[in-house]
Amino acid sequence: MNEFEELMTALGAAGGDREILQNQDVAHLLVIGQRIVSSRSVPGLAVESYETEGGVRLKIRLSEGVHLTTPVHTCFGIVHREGDQQIDIDVALERNSSACFIAHCLFPNADRVRHCMDAHVEIGEGASMEYHERHYHGPYGGVEVVPKATVRIGRGGRYTSDFTLTDGRVGRLAIDYEVDASEDAVVELTARVFGHGSDDIRIRERVVLGGLNARGIIKTRIAVEDDALAEVTGITEGNAAGARGHVDCMEIIRDRAVAKAIPIVSVTHPQAKVTHEAAIGSVDRHQMETLMAHGLAPEEAVDIIVKGMLA
Amino acid sequence: MNILELCDIFYSATGREILSGLTLCVETGEVHALLGTNGTGKSTLAGMIMGCHGYSPVSGEIYFAGTLINDLKIHERARLGISMAWQEPARFESLRVRDYLTLGAATEKPESSLRLVGMDPSRYLDRMVDRSLSGGERKRIELASVLALQPKLAILDEPDSGIDMLSTDDILRVLDHLRSGQSAVLLITHRYEIAAAADRASQICGGKIVCTGSPTEVAAVFKSRKCISCDGEACIDERV
Repeated sequence: MNEFEELMTALGAAGGDREILQNQDVAHLLVIGQRIVSSRSVPGLAVESYETEGGVRLKIRLSEGVHLTTPVHTCFGIVHREGDQQIDIDVALERNSSACFIAHCLFPNADRVRHCMDAHVEIGEGASMEYHERHYHGPYGGVEVVPKATVRIGRGGRYTSDFTLTDGRVGRLAIDYEVDASEDAVVELTARVFGHGSDDIRIRERVVLGGLNARGIIKTRIAVEDDALAEVTGITEGNAAGARGHVDCMEIIRDRAVAKAIPIVSVTHPQAKVTHEAAIGSVDRHQMETLMAHGLAPEEAVDIIVKGMLA
Repeated sequence: MNILELCDIFYSATGREILSGLTLCVETGEVHALLGTNGTGKSTLAGMIMGCHGYSPVSGEIYFAGTLINDLKIHERARLGISMAWQEPARFESLRVRDYLTLGAATEKPESSLRLVGMDPSRYLDRMVDRSLSGGERKRIELASVLALQPKLAILDEPDSGIDMLSTDDILRVLDHLRSGQSAVLLITHRYEIAAAADRASQICGGKIVCTGSPTEVAAVFKSRKCISCDGEACIDERV
């Protein structure tokens, strides 16, 4: 099986659909290792892509007032057991535009793989961006994934992202996101990760609500088992009147796993309000007993609770 | 024939004796109301019958359909035919009502279970069993889940309590349906108008059953303050 076919198999296993690459109405970009294998744009969306020494550099711009009706799909993968991939992305959504991006990051055979992403996102006034990042790292745990992003949201803009890594091993994950929200902007960050074996999960997300009535939520759902480690730092700053923020972290641990949650809230304006909640523990007993009272065995009940939390 | 027999049950928690030689029988197919004021051990008894953690009796036997179940785990008791609607039902992120109502050995269609508790299936089947539901909605769904299981014994722990509580008519409809499916019901309540729908009732006070009979007879005992345990001082309920 060649690299492309192997990656498409992994895409299917991760819930993706290879048919999108053939669809003339859907923009896509496929990067294997450090090569751009396939790309397509659609009217209103300008994509510049370059192969660099260590990976790929992308510049994506959505024109003013353009609303893409189908998601833009990107697929970044390494099919070999070893490899490095550096993705540098600049994304700009001009005012009153909107788009949804779905990124598939696939490393199905990774034993010694390093994938780094450095993204800079500018969301113009009244523009809206949805970003879904779905990972599959295979069964070996030999992956290091370091996604870093800075996002600036203009007045009345919206940024929603969710990061999902719930199948297979995680390896080492170090997410570092920074989002600045200006007046009336909305930001929602969600991360769902299931760690096994010796996986090491570090998530740091910072939302700065600097504009009048800016709103933001950081939601993190983590399950860790075996000897996995998770540390989640959710930072929200309310720096303007009417700013509203919330940090919501829930982690379930089993076996010898360790989880930490560090919610940091900072308010510098008397009319701003930021709240947080964090819960770490084993599977909730009341939930377990409720499901078992329906006849489910303990392991079936745990499975439903963990999957539900990560869904 | 008795579907459930609790024989001389003793139970203590945090140094306080909660059940003191309690004996209770529920007959096959009957609705049996258990009346008692707050703190008399009604929910403790429910958790004990279901097999919940921390509710094992210090002594005494629990028989279900003639089988001693003291050492069985919750799911093993559920598979024998016991189920329970909790007073404070658990919430589940990302578990849809449709899926919750088809868990385990559920036999009833989720649509019909929801209608029986006064909920429109088209509005609720795809909702999550999470914090987005009000307390009353969650309790109705809990009852619907027990209806879907059609257990041999349904333990309903104060279905009438809380905000946005079920109406008496809703609860009577649930009881009728369970009856028609040959389910026995242990109905825990402290409202007499709910207990009145039962075939028999028992009053719990001082950690034991102090009176069993028709709901009318049991109510008469309360009202005349003839409780043999506390002489009506502890167990009388203003709502009776």
